Amino acid sequence: MLIAATLAILVVMMMAIIRAFVGPTTYDRVLAVNMFGTKTVLLISLLGFVMGRPEFLDIAIVYALINFISVIGVLRYSNRFVIKHSEQSKK
Amino acid sequence: MDILMQVSSGFFLLIGSFLCLTGGLGILRFPDFYTRMHAVGVTDTLATAMILIGLILYNPDFMVDVKLMVILLMTIFISPTASHALANAARYDELSIQKDSKSDSELTSSNL
Amino acid sequence: MVVAFAIVRMKDLLAVVMLLGIYSLLSASFFVAMDAVDVAFTEASVGAGISTLLMLVVISMTGRSEQPSRHKPLLALAVVTVTGSLLIYATLDMPYFGSAEAPIHQHVAPRYINASMQEIGVPNIVTSVLASYRAFDTFGEVVVIFTAGMGVLALLSVVRRSDSTLNNDIFDHSMHEQHLILRIVTKMMIPYILLFAFYVQFHGDFGPGGGFQAGVIFAAAIFLYTMLFGMSTARRVINQSFIQMLAATGVLLYGSVGVVSLLNGKEFFDYSALSADPIAGQHLGILLIELGVGITVASVMIIIFFNFVGRRNNPLRKENQGF
Repeated sequence: MLIAATLAILVVMMMAIIRAFVGPTTYDRVLAVNMFGTKTVLLISLLGFVMGRPEFLDIAIVYALINFISVIGVLRYSNRFVIKHSEQSKK
Repeated sequence: MDILMQVSSGFFLLIGSFLCLTGGLGILRFPDFYTRMHAVGVTDTLATAMILIGLILYNPDFMVDVKLMVILLMTIFISPTASHALANAARYDELSIQKDSKSDSELTSSNL
Repeated sequence: MVVAFAIVRMKDLLAVVMLLGIYSLLSASFFVAMDAVDVAFTEASVGAGISTLLMLVVISMTGRSEQPSRHKPLLALAVVTVTGSLLIYATLDMPYFGSAEAPIHQHVAPRYINASMQEIGVPNIVTSVLASYRAFDTFGEVVVIFTAGMGVLALLSVVRRSDSTLNNDIFDHSMHEQHLILRIVTKMMIPYILLFAFYVQFHGDFGPGGGFQAGVIFAAAIFLYTMLFGMSTARRVINQSFIQMLAATGVLLYGSVGVVSLLNGKEFFDYSALSADPIAGQHLGILLIELGVGITVASVMIIIFFNFVGRRNNPLRKENQGF
């Protein structure tokens, strides 16, 4: 059962990569990367259980945090779609 | 008792991977950014929660369970927030909703 | 391989940065599949987190598209192809991946693997090799990180004027209503991230972790705060000169452990001189130098990030005059 779940997650990661390449707008790509990140958290946890080494869960925690911080970073530091306030003009 | 936990763990893992696959299919096939966001935002968190609960029931060892609970709590807080941030940014940038010819005609971008 | 190809061909730099994030993440997954946990940890935290953020800040300053190249680099392509094929031909002769008779596994590695538990008493062999057997190399790494921070300070140090804080305050106050949810959630999350950084730091003896990863996670928490609450608020929380002093303190801590060993009559970085029982001395030595590494890495990352973002928000820039 664990191996089936791992394979399912690998398939979904492939789908997310395809969307990251194709996606017409940049938002699609950011969304795909975010999804890829959360699926990686699951993949690392499952791999840890499959290979019998539960120390991988620390990596999963770190990666969940890093994924969140990266998505916020992308939204904050991209000139075209900044998390902005209403009156300031968009550049 | 032991067999019950194994069966329920398998059940949760099955539901979780099904939700995951549905979300992946959604991100490929939906026509517009906002619909894709809907697919990912909902199924991401729920699939993660299901799979993590399945893993908790798989091999009840205390330290491993604590770490899995930590990941679960963090994901419950972080994942909806990230979806909200993305959707908010897209809305401010006035990303247009694609008009679908088969749906109702009043679903235009000025209606929101 | 597909991701690397796409990185080279795409012109839109923002997408490139995100694909780089995916690439380093795939590398981390490979390391996990090869059962190398500490390396995967460091790769996930540094490659996917800090590098992506720093490159995003840089791209926001330089512009989003790559300049078209002036000439077709055919000669370079030919050289690379020839060298690459020669290297691949050379690797055909090497022993199989991970085989036990490979000469690299014969000299030093058996001694480390067999003797690590008796001599040092730390279950995580990576930490014991990094911190005790090869402490001098790790000292070099820490000094390199410190020098990188000094280089960034020397090149990019922001001229801070007192009237610049007025503009930034208006900027930050109007940010408040828009992302209220983000601010509240991160205010709740940041103490736990910092706590997790300390956990990774001190748990490095028993599981994956250690000083480098802990410093990176600590710095990531500070980055999150800075991104959402604005530069001036972050500067009030973390004073620039304090961070610079902390970076130097980390390296000093590391070096002084070695000097204390010297003063006690043994060699440089021989930890058994630190206490009566050699095993306790090893533990104490490893604890202190990991602490030094963690402090230095966190402070240098924060220095680099503050300087990049301060440069970006600098009111001397022409585009920011509109504020």
